[in-house]
Amino acid sequence: MLELKNISFNAEDGKDILKNVNLEIDDGFIAVTGPNGGGKSTLAKVIAGIYTPSEGQIIYNGEDITGLSITERAKKGISFAFQQPVRFKGLKVRDLLNIAAGGNRKFADCCDLLSEVGLCARDYINRELDSSLSGGEMKRIEIATILARQTSFNVFDEPEAGIDLWSFQNLIRVFEKMHEKTRGTILIISHQERILNIADKIIYLKDGCVEKYGAKDEILPSLLNMPAGACKVLTDKIGE
Amino acid sequence: MMDAIQMSLLKEVAELDALPVGAYNIRANGKSAARNTTANIDIVTKEDKPGIDIIIKDGTVHESVHIPVVLSQTGLKESVYNDFFIGENCDVVIVAGCGIHNCGGGDSAHDGIHTFHVGKNSKVRYIEKHYGEGDDRGKRLMNPTTEVYLAEGASMEMEATQIKGIDDTLRKTKAVLSDNASLVINEKVMTTGVQNAVSDFTADLNGENCSCNIVSRTVAKDQSTQHFISVLNGNNICRGHSECDSIIMDNARVLASPQLSASCTDASLIHEAAIGKIAGEQLIKLMTLGLSEAEAEEQIVNGFLK
Repeated sequence: MLELKNISFNAEDGKDILKNVNLEIDDGFIAVTGPNGGGKSTLAKVIAGIYTPSEGQIIYNGEDITGLSITERAKKGISFAFQQPVRFKGLKVRDLLNIAAGGNRKFADCCDLLSEVGLCARDYINRELDSSLSGGEMKRIEIATILARQTSFNVFDEPEAGIDLWSFQNLIRVFEKMHEKTRGTILIISHQERILNIADKIIYLKDGCVEKYGAKDEILPSLLNMPAGACKVLTDKIGE
Repeated sequence: MMDAIQMSLLKEVAELDALPVGAYNIRANGKSAARNTTANIDIVTKEDKPGIDIIIKDGTVHESVHIPVVLSQTGLKESVYNDFFIGENCDVVIVAGCGIHNCGGGDSAHDGIHTFHVGKNSKVRYIEKHYGEGDDRGKRLMNPTTEVYLAEGASMEMEATQIKGIDDTLRKTKAVLSDNASLVINEKVMTTGVQNAVSDFTADLNGENCSCNIVSRTVAKDQSTQHFISVLNGNNICRGHSECDSIIMDNARVLASPQLSASCTDASLIHEAAIGKIAGEQLIKLMTLGLSEAEAEEQIVNGFLK
């Protein structure tokens, strides 16, 4: 279980991105949603150790990990899939999967991992992770690296962004399967109703604050019934 | 007979644990240590200067020549001239390379001057690896010169690697291409400490529809310095591309000087040069997979130079 206690994060320009966030995240499938700029990605990066919170504490399985580095958190079983996967000149798909798995994996193992995300190992295993791969291919490989790690707390930052329709169907299947298999936590940042629909719980983050947090059946209907957000500046002006 | 130090150098530069298959000439401490010729490949010692002529008959395919050089005697300096005469319609692999082990006060140097005359429609893969080791009292110096003359329809793929232990190097490569000839050069260089490496490429694209692609990937660490020079002269309908991509670390200095010149309106020449540090997000990505920052850096550098 991961607990965020009074977490705040200020950007370099002084803007409050997260404001006194308190959350208890249990095992299961948790979706984080909310408007753009609401602090979702920042929250994920604070959990992975990429950002250091300006205030507050992060407790993971009873241990205070606030001061731990990215590497130390990774070794404790926290994984993070980037919204925009990083490209490397020279490093190959196989290299990244081996690093993720913490040692050399057999071809058959790499094949299983890549098949999970709909890629044929024979075509991809020796491909360089450079600009020759499309955004959608990079996203799928990014998910495969998380699968390779077999960790208990997995954070995905908008895994569906940039993925085509066919891949999206498969992506849903990947997460459904992961949900069945994983005993730990899958935390997915998403705007997609279909992803929210397979979640156990939903966190609704807006303006750096947790506005709603609860079971999917309780939160999702209220989100879907929200009025379309008209421009506040404009509506205020019209109201004057 | 070679000793253990020389055998380990041989493994570093030519990946050889024992004598290779096919034609070879192994030079150790300025003398020929072993030689083998085949029905199609002859190796003849030069009489006017140090070095050998390697003569490959027309139509020789699927054969290889290994000509590694190892130096383990401190203070030894030599210039060696190796000329390759490759006939027509050949398909051969040539493995050269030099390893210096210098445990002593004197500077050790090997300057290999290699000239390739590649016959019509022949295909050559040339692999050259440079490596140095020792206690750093005496310097290890290498100044290879490679001249390539490609006849009509001939092609050469050259892989030049210098990853470790060479204090000072000036690598000069000159190529002249005839009609439909093609040349691909992949260079990998890493410098550390106060090492200095200069790569100087010139290609004259004289033939119709000839092409040349030079790709250099380098890593400069510590206080080391590197200079990459490439000159492509497009004198006919041709395609030329040169690329220098460097990772700079610590207090190193890297200078890239790509140069293009065209004397034909149908010459298409491109150069790209990029110098930069390891991207922070690359380090972060590998750290989220459990590597420390130093391990992540090592993986990125190794991958880049692979």
